[in-house]
Amino acid sequence: MSRAVALIDGNCFYCSCERIFDPRLRAVPVIVLSNNDGCAIARTTEAKALGIRMGEPWFKIRDRCRTEGIRVFSSNYALYGDMSARANEIYRGFSPRVEIYSIDESFLDLSDVAPQNRVELARDLRATVLRWTGIPTCVGIGPTKTLAKLANHLAKQHAALGGVCDLTCETERAEWLARTPLEKVWGIGPASGAKLRALGCKTVAGVRDLDPRPARRALTVVGERIIYELRGLPCLDLETVAPTRKGCAVTRMFSARVEGLATLEQAVAAHATRLGEKLRRGELGTDHITVFYHTSEHDRGSPQRSVSSSVTLPEATNDTLALVKAATWAARRVWQGGCRYSKAGLITVDLVPLATSQRALIGGLDRERGAVLMAAVDACNRRWGRGAVVPGKAGFAPKRAWSTKFEMRSPRYTTRIDELPIVGTA
Amino acid sequence: MQVIGITIGYPIPLPLLARPVAAGFPSPADDFIEEEIDLQRLLITNRPATFLVRVAGDSMAGKHLFDGDLAVDVDGERSFKVWRKQGRRVSLAFANPRYPAFHLPPDALVEVWGVVSGSINPRRRAQRG
Repeated sequence: MSRAVALIDGNCFYCSCERIFDPRLRAVPVIVLSNNDGCAIARTTEAKALGIRMGEPWFKIRDRCRTEGIRVFSSNYALYGDMSARANEIYRGFSPRVEIYSIDESFLDLSDVAPQNRVELARDLRATVLRWTGIPTCVGIGPTKTLAKLANHLAKQHAALGGVCDLTCETERAEWLARTPLEKVWGIGPASGAKLRALGCKTVAGVRDLDPRPARRALTVVGERIIYELRGLPCLDLETVAPTRKGCAVTRMFSARVEGLATLEQAVAAHATRLGEKLRRGELGTDHITVFYHTSEHDRGSPQRSVSSSVTLPEATNDTLALVKAATWAARRVWQGGCRYSKAGLITVDLVPLATSQRALIGGLDRERGAVLMAAVDACNRRWGRGAVVPGKAGFAPKRAWSTKFEMRSPRYTTRIDELPIVGTA
Repeated sequence: MQVIGITIGYPIPLPLLARPVAAGFPSPADDFIEEEIDLQRLLITNRPATFLVRVAGDSMAGKHLFDGDLAVDVDGERSFKVWRKQGRRVSLAFANPRYPAFHLPPDALVEVWGVVSGSINPRRRAQRG
């Protein structure tokens, strides 16, 4: 049977999650802001109609939100992550192979479903997700991931399609591709779009009909792959098993500029704590951390500085205390006062599975003792919530002045027993 | 969507059999140890569709709520109501029989948010009365 892939995604997913738990948001415009309440990253149809653009900075739209009655939320990733897990659990009941592509998008393998039944299955899937979780979705179906993604875009654009667009039929697909501007294709950005237009293409059909080899010269192998995928020849497989992490980064903007070493060290220690948690979850370790921090280009009046400092550990580890010690040492080594730092981060590459990694000949860490301690810390944080137990250097989360701002975050309705929605009987 | 009305608490796995002690004779029960009873499995049959909510008011506020009762949104206010069907007429009633009849505003926008599928009522803090 022919290959078919579906892409299902939540309509303005973050806003939809907020609406499920607060019925007063039902028909009003809603937006969700990025970390640190930086800019708008999710908008309902009503908010889009009021001219709120994607990525528009919060300070520019604050007044407009107030006068237009737009409800504004900080991102509530605990809630969105839980709702995403619920949706994916439902998807797995519909297809044996699901690739979680992002927090609100998943690819489903529908190759085993007869072609004439696919649209019906997709409608059933949408209805089930809406009924069970309250999240509205759209589904795009195609013989390749690129076409499924395009179909999903069309399903969103054209209300008449009822939220489902199937591009597996070749004649129907040709009509849609001839009518759709090429910028709507997954992987074609503004730069490659301009190059394609210079080659004489205007629509998706134009890109599909390009000779793949010259296209590779202009758009690299990525462009060549897009052409084949638009022709219905799959180049991208479903990744149903998450690939082993090769690197890991923890970076955050400060909520206010940082000028003192003590505060910077606390931020770096908190990042190292988070890094340790992430590594332990994958049973991975690292023997190399790079710390960086820099000032903001928006602070034109004050001195600009950007530094990075690397440290090598005697052997790979995921022990928070070892990581904190190494990272703060690296940060201190390149410290220079008199600057207003805006962001700090940790980066590590070449992660190794800890169990099979080579031990140091001399100066090795007491891995067994550390592992027991870290297991206890992780258990506490699972039981009493993230940040319940942290190294003293990282500071208690509520007292971190530099910490990311979530001033307008809704309750973590589904993951915290003390933040459950409250419903009355009167 | 289902709703579990709860007043307080969190999942508590109950061991079905005593665990063998670390030293001494191996327990003759070893070969018969079964899985722990998982209260979540008892209460939650459709995981992605089940949401926990707290019943507003004192710890006995939810005592008149039963499986099949509804959490409804009426004009943007969410509350528990009982579904009443008399012949072809359908109406909503308060979950507490001591309250007077509930009358929907004539042009109210009503939407069913969820159905009660169970409730947890730890007795620790409940008062008699």
